[in-house]
Amino acid sequence: MAQILFYAFALFTLACAVGVVVNKNAVNAAMCLLLSLVGVAGLFVQLDAYLLAFLLLLVYAGAVVALFLFIVMLLDMKDTAAHGFRKISGFASVFALGLLVTGVSTFVVRGRLTTPNPNLAAAVGTDLKHYAYQLFTTYLLPVQVIGFLLLIAMLGVIVLSKRWEGLDDIK
Amino acid sequence: MTPATLNDYVLISAVLFAIGFFGVLLRRNTLVIFMSLELMLVASTLALVAFSRFNGTMDGNVFVFFILTVAAAEVAVGLAIIVALFRKRHTVQVDELNTLKN
Repeated sequence: MAQILFYAFALFTLACAVGVVVNKNAVNAAMCLLLSLVGVAGLFVQLDAYLLAFLLLLVYAGAVVALFLFIVMLLDMKDTAAHGFRKISGFASVFALGLLVTGVSTFVVRGRLTTPNPNLAAAVGTDLKHYAYQLFTTYLLPVQVIGFLLLIAMLGVIVLSKRWEGLDDIK
Repeated sequence: MTPATLNDYVLISAVLFAIGFFGVLLRRNTLVIFMSLELMLVASTLALVAFSRFNGTMDGNVFVFFILTVAAAEVAVGLAIIVALFRKRHTVQVDELNTLKN
């Protein structure tokens, strides 16, 4: 049962990811991104990382995709469907896709990756206490740096979206 | 209980990353390129969580925490840049944004 669920979530995630890439309409692409993120959250649940699955849904599927949809509506691109893609970039992207998948799959299939038994390892991701302990001891400085980064991002967005006088001659 | 092996998760993560990379190379709409970038970021978090689960350590999970925060900040700033660009040039197609080229 769990095996079937795993393959269902994996296929769902990958299919929706392909949907993001091939959709002509940007709104449909954003919706496919949302579904793909839900699939990844399902895989997180199967890896016993419940908090991260919840955060992924909250931050990505909630905030980020809503922001994307908002910007797509705001920009209102009419001529999107008229643009196809160039043949050279299509060739290069298919080549890169094949190269990446082949590289990692040979690395994985040849057994270079030792697979520990998941039932022997403790499922530390289930407990909220472990996250809190790590964040407030080992990763205390990164937490502060991340807080500062969010402040800088907020200031940056305010500066970017403000209309500045006298900069209109830059074309 | 995890139903699959570490190899399966790493493979799915790699394919998801490759699809995101495919999108970045193929598409010419800046917004869709940005969505593909997000897809690549999520693929890397999936690999981190899988490694963390199979080795019984906490580090990968905490890294995913930080990646989520950075991604939120990145999306906010990136979309603000795209809106500013659209205001100035009235297009978001990457092959029309070639001011530095000429």
